[in-house]
Amino acid sequence: MTTTLARPAAAATGQRDGLAGTGALLRLALRRDRVVAPVWILLFVIMAASSSSASQDLYTTVESRVRAANGVNGTPATLALYGRVFDPTSLGAVSVFKLGAMGAALVALVAIFTVIRHTRAEEEAGRSELLGAAVVGRYAQLTAALLLSTGISLVLAVLTALSLAGTGLPASGAFAFGLSWAGAGIAFAAVGALAAQVTEGARTARGLAAAVLAAAYLLRAAGDAAGDHDSLWLSWLSPIGWAQQVRPFAGDRWWVLIYLVFFAGLVAVGAYLLVARRDHGAGLLAQKPGRRRAPRSLSSPLGLAVRLQRGGLVGWGVGVALGGLMMGSIASQVGEFVDSPNAREMIMKLGGERGLVDAFLSAEMGIVGLLVSAYGISAAMRLRAEETALRVEPILATRIGRWRWAASHVVVALTGTTLLMVVFGVFGGFAHGAASGDMSRFGPVLGAAVVQVPAAWVLTGIAVLVFGLAPAWVMAGWAALVAFLLLGQLGPILELPQWAMDISPFTHTPKLPGGDLSALPLVSLTLVAAALVAAGLVGFRRRDIG
Amino acid sequence: MTTAISVSGLVKTFGQTRALDGLDLTVRTGEVHGFLGPNGSGKSTTIRVLLGLLRADEGEIRLLGGDPWADATSLHRRLAYVPGDVSLWPNLSGGEVIDLLGRLRGGLDEKRRAELLERFDLDPTKKGRTYSKGNRQKVALVAALASNVELLILDEPTSGLDPLMEAVFQDCVTEERERGRTVLLSSHILAEVESLCERVSIIRLGRTVETGTLTELRHLTRTSITAELAAAPNGLAGHPGVHDLKVDGTHVHFDVDTKELDAVLRQLTQVGVRSLTSQPPTLEELFLRHYEADLAKENGAHVAVAK
Repeated sequence: MTTTLARPAAAATGQRDGLAGTGALLRLALRRDRVVAPVWILLFVIMAASSSSASQDLYTTVESRVRAANGVNGTPATLALYGRVFDPTSLGAVSVFKLGAMGAALVALVAIFTVIRHTRAEEEAGRSELLGAAVVGRYAQLTAALLLSTGISLVLAVLTALSLAGTGLPASGAFAFGLSWAGAGIAFAAVGALAAQVTEGARTARGLAAAVLAAAYLLRAAGDAAGDHDSLWLSWLSPIGWAQQVRPFAGDRWWVLIYLVFFAGLVAVGAYLLVARRDHGAGLLAQKPGRRRAPRSLSSPLGLAVRLQRGGLVGWGVGVALGGLMMGSIASQVGEFVDSPNAREMIMKLGGERGLVDAFLSAEMGIVGLLVSAYGISAAMRLRAEETALRVEPILATRIGRWRWAASHVVVALTGTTLLMVVFGVFGGFAHGAASGDMSRFGPVLGAAVVQVPAAWVLTGIAVLVFGLAPAWVMAGWAALVAFLLLGQLGPILELPQWAMDISPFTHTPKLPGGDLSALPLVSLTLVAAALVAAGLVGFRRRDIG
Repeated sequence: MTTAISVSGLVKTFGQTRALDGLDLTVRTGEVHGFLGPNGSGKSTTIRVLLGLLRADEGEIRLLGGDPWADATSLHRRLAYVPGDVSLWPNLSGGEVIDLLGRLRGGLDEKRRAELLERFDLDPTKKGRTYSKGNRQKVALVAALASNVELLILDEPTSGLDPLMEAVFQDCVTEERERGRTVLLSSHILAEVESLCERVSIIRLGRTVETGTLTELRHLTRTSITAELAAAPNGLAGHPGVHDLKVDGTHVHFDVDTKELDAVLRQLTQVGVRSLTSQPPTLEELFLRHYEADLAKENGAHVAVAK
């Protein structure tokens, strides 16, 4: 009698203890993400709203929409990249089809990073041990991280829906679209939570979860690309496929969201089971033993910087190569996208189909240049990360001077940026040459990629400058990137004056292919980047470490 | 005798905080010098100034005959440093870090590297993220001790080591001293300082409060005496060198200023001594006296504010 009474009581307290401190941890996580999370949310909202309003201006008639949608639905490359337009007559469906799967994957990536940042990364850094010893339950950290990422996904969904509705699209479809993004975020937050239990290192956990996301994306790409209903089942194996199958503005199938929630719940249960069974700090995958002796390459600051950053660079390289292949293969088909008679006429004036393809390539190159600048910024910010992690002091206590140490990571950032643009150009040029059947297009595409390099170097330069002069403001490198991105994307729409547009280094890059190549802006941008780097290094030599 | 490190009137401020407030420190070539002070007293800041990582606001600093800020790289060829909080690259193995730091310092003694790995019982194939605090400390110690340098700067190098490894560390430092190397040892473990260091400097609130050999410092403090006398003691209570006297019949217990020890013992033998135990002052007591002075000062400050 007593045992039957005591058992449920004990179970109940056990559960309560397991979640003790969740509220406090959630507040801590919110405090830590108070800048990052709103910035992410805002980026998605702006992306959706600007894409929607731009498309609405382009596809004013039903015929133009149907023609554009048929172009997409009939082309395997675009189907693979973006997915199907489920209702060719729907303004909403045609406006947001580019953002459906792609945006869902990006939201999923944010969710993965958020969850791992607040679980495994904390554990690896040893901070959660400090918290774990306080009155914090075994499940509290995981729960707080999942609540945070779910919250971010939902807020993002609601604001995106409101902004889409604000551009004039039907509210019901706008909410279906927002929730399809949120569903992907919630599903992959759970994947991130599970990956965080499996590996000992946060970096490996991020890689693992991102690989699952990539697999999900490729699965739906394969399912969608075939175009017929025989292989559509592949898309139905992928959470990103489910997000698409909500079909916003083309039927608004709310019930598909249940798949995503159910998947998230199932995976999250797995994460909770693992938390309960594993030791603090341990993972399921064991660490491989390292080398007994350092290889010859690990004898200089540059050798160390390359060793520390090569993994990241290879990852970026793979992503950029895939991006190049996709962009190159769809570029020759852009002519089919734009079917409004006015636009066609304008394009013909600008130099025909070739002119349109060139304009597309040139615009995409500018965006890729900005993305690759992000690599340069993060590689340069490694300087600050090494400093705050106290790993620079043992190096600077040897005969290595500050200049040599800092220059090592700057060299990696600048060379890495260059390499990534070359890789993008080579893969993009090759794919474009193959798709258009004209291999002479290889050179111009590669050239268009390479001219982005000096502008990207300027962003590395800004990151180095801030590191040297005001290390506490090292996030300013990212702020500059976001500012330049917004200037480039919104400047023409807002009709900003030329001097404002000139602030962004990407305003000055020659518009290749198709435009004129002049050396002056490239030389000037390189000099600006060099001056920024030099000023940052001089500042670093004169300031205190720490 | 030459000096390896000489610091006088060192001032370093961080915003409003005056971390170092006129600190003095002299380390003679070839000695093991203990550097003591409570948490936050400025030990690590001093060491970071000596390494040229921080720039001094005021004061004269000479390290191995050079200026630690201006001549940092040439001076660093001649010294090795073990930080108090060793942070390793998560994906580099311990062996790789030892080799890297050795090479950056200008080469390391292969035989000694192997011997030290053995003595510290360190597995060099584990990755940085999997080492415990003690093992991370060992990686930095092996890297520093295996290099051929004149000066070792060790900032609380044994925090996290177990007593066995602590003993290995003490043997290693003794060997370094025998080879004629200079060691600046910042430490909290007073037994370690007592057994290794010839001279010590005690700092608090960014200033040097005591410096000298351990014998000299002991003279500044008190010896505690417990004795069984033949009769009741006479005149002890009035003696200016005697403190905290407790008398229980013929049994006495008191502390005596070490410089008055001779005079007080004469007084005891006049009465007749049956048994006597004397406890020399430990570094701990010396240290605690300064801690207590800190506390007293702080309390005083609070009272002043309250008024």
